[in-house]
Amino acid sequence: MRAATPARPAGLSWLLIAAGLAWLGLAILLPLASVFVEAFRKGLPVFLAAFDDPDAQAAIRLTLTVALIAVPLNALFGIAAAWTVTKFEFRGKTLLLSLIDLPFSMSPVISGLVWVLLFGANGWFGPQLENLGIQVIFNVTGIVLATVLVTLPFVARELIPLMQSQGADEECAAITLGASGLKTFSLVTLPNISWALLYGVLLCNARAMGEFGAVSVVSGHIRGLTDTMPLHVEALYNDYQYASAFAVASLLAGLALVTLAAKSLLEWRFGGELARPTLSEPIKK
Amino acid sequence: MSLVVSKITKRFGRYPALKGVSLNAEPGEFLALLGPSGSGKTTLLRVIAGLETPDSGEVSFEQEDYLALTPRERRIGMVFQHYALFRHMTVARNIAFGLRVLPRKIRPARAQIEDTVKRLLSLVQLDGLEGRYPAQLSGGQQQRVALARALAIKPRMLLLDEPFGALDAKVRKDLRHWLRRVHDETGVTTIFVTHDQEEAMDLADRVVVLREGRIEQIGTPETLDARPASAFVFDFLGDSNQLPCQVDRDRALFEGFSAPAVVAPGAGPAATAWFRPHETRLSSSGEGLPVTVADILIKGAMVRLECRSRDGRLYEADYPKGTVPSDLIIGANVLLSLQRAFVFPNI
Repeated sequence: MRAATPARPAGLSWLLIAAGLAWLGLAILLPLASVFVEAFRKGLPVFLAAFDDPDAQAAIRLTLTVALIAVPLNALFGIAAAWTVTKFEFRGKTLLLSLIDLPFSMSPVISGLVWVLLFGANGWFGPQLENLGIQVIFNVTGIVLATVLVTLPFVARELIPLMQSQGADEECAAITLGASGLKTFSLVTLPNISWALLYGVLLCNARAMGEFGAVSVVSGHIRGLTDTMPLHVEALYNDYQYASAFAVASLLAGLALVTLAAKSLLEWRFGGELARPTLSEPIKK
Repeated sequence: MSLVVSKITKRFGRYPALKGVSLNAEPGEFLALLGPSGSGKTTLLRVIAGLETPDSGEVSFEQEDYLALTPRERRIGMVFQHYALFRHMTVARNIAFGLRVLPRKIRPARAQIEDTVKRLLSLVQLDGLEGRYPAQLSGGQQQRVALARALAIKPRMLLLDEPFGALDAKVRKDLRHWLRRVHDETGVTTIFVTHDQEEAMDLADRVVVLREGRIEQIGTPETLDARPASAFVFDFLGDSNQLPCQVDRDRALFEGFSAPAVVAPGAGPAATAWFRPHETRLSSSGEGLPVTVADILIKGAMVRLECRSRDGRLYEADYPKGTVPSDLIIGANVLLSLQRAFVFPNI
């Protein structure tokens, strides 16, 4: 018999933990702390003044608007995609799964550029849309499209493994018991995935509000009109308004921290349901 | 005739799961679908329930074309292999589900639903557990909740997929007889899938033996035991031995001895005799197959001898404890004769 855990020198684990913590501090905690330090360097009044700026308020409003449109869209898409992939067998399923993942592996700049290519002034559909008086690029529509594309995988990715492990048995049972498709979904499927769905929405939202690259390509950087919070931070920074830039940045960082806290809470409270094996192994008496 | 299944075929991609299956069930009958994994028994069950659409064939129930109905219109109570209880609902909610999803016009009043749940809970002997969640129940309890949930919709037919598959041996036996009792009390036509021949033979009025998407034989347990239609059925229904033989009407002839035989059509003159370990006799002199005892094993109330013939083949023979000579040891030379053999054509 071989020992399950080989003996190790006592100091080694401490050394590894220390190295891990040091790296974490250097790469994550230090930059994060510096954001807040810089934001408050000139005191609370200057920090608050950054949000008195109408441009900053417009940027916050735009970011919220975009997230409010993109997140529900991708939540719906994520549920539909996960449902299709996990409850049905069909040709091209693997292809669909890879397509869902594509935005993760694609540079955000590309996710922005494709919309310019499609709807820009010289794009495929640009001139037609212009004749109709519809402007997509350098407009909120373009920003929403870019954000939707970048954040597309989050909810689907969270739901698919869970729904795969849950299988379709409960849905089959509901149908034989006389439930309609809609009732099966609302009474059986949705409650089974609710926490994973919330988790996915949370991650999706964090990314939607923080997205820079794709949005930067389509936004046109019109202050007070098409600047989202991340773009506004960059603009302020380029104008040497460091205190304001870091103040707005701290709001984004705060959002990340809140997301993290909520995510940890969910994992702690409902960890079993987020990546739960099936009930198929009943508890032995 | 309540259920008529005729010439059902179903393939999954290139893999044919059912190759023309026909069977009937009488009202109130208890039917077992028996076969090894991959024989198509679960697929057949799901076709009857409406969870799979067959490529061709017909399913009707009391003269009603079932293939034209959706699963929810068929009113079939189905118990799934892993029970498929709704994990976020209590036991009571699980059982009431089929009634709660009825259209408002025909949905029973709340008090009536509660009464039904109470009645079913006591039928499945789970009184007092209505507030539990599935994860808080043992496998046997989950199984009984699944059954109560299926019975709540007053099903026209009850289908069970490997109902005892995930339970340990002791619980299995208890539940088996209990299920039979519930069936006899409710009188609903019941079909259950199993790969356990003992379960099928013990419980069912008739057993349907499936093999690679085809029906090998349908019959009462007695018929299957007395007149197995093929070597496959004989082999699947229990432990078996094989010995080459010649056929002379209703006797199997071996070198130096013979045995009474049930001869299948098409067998002989040269064929194979199949026999059960417990349908043999052991002697030290006289007629029989000369073998050497290779091993002696205790199997509950039986003693199993593993015997090797001169050509090196192994034969199993079972005897009640106490009937085996106490001086029998490994390496002893004995004669094995057959009380009853089943002769099938050589494969």
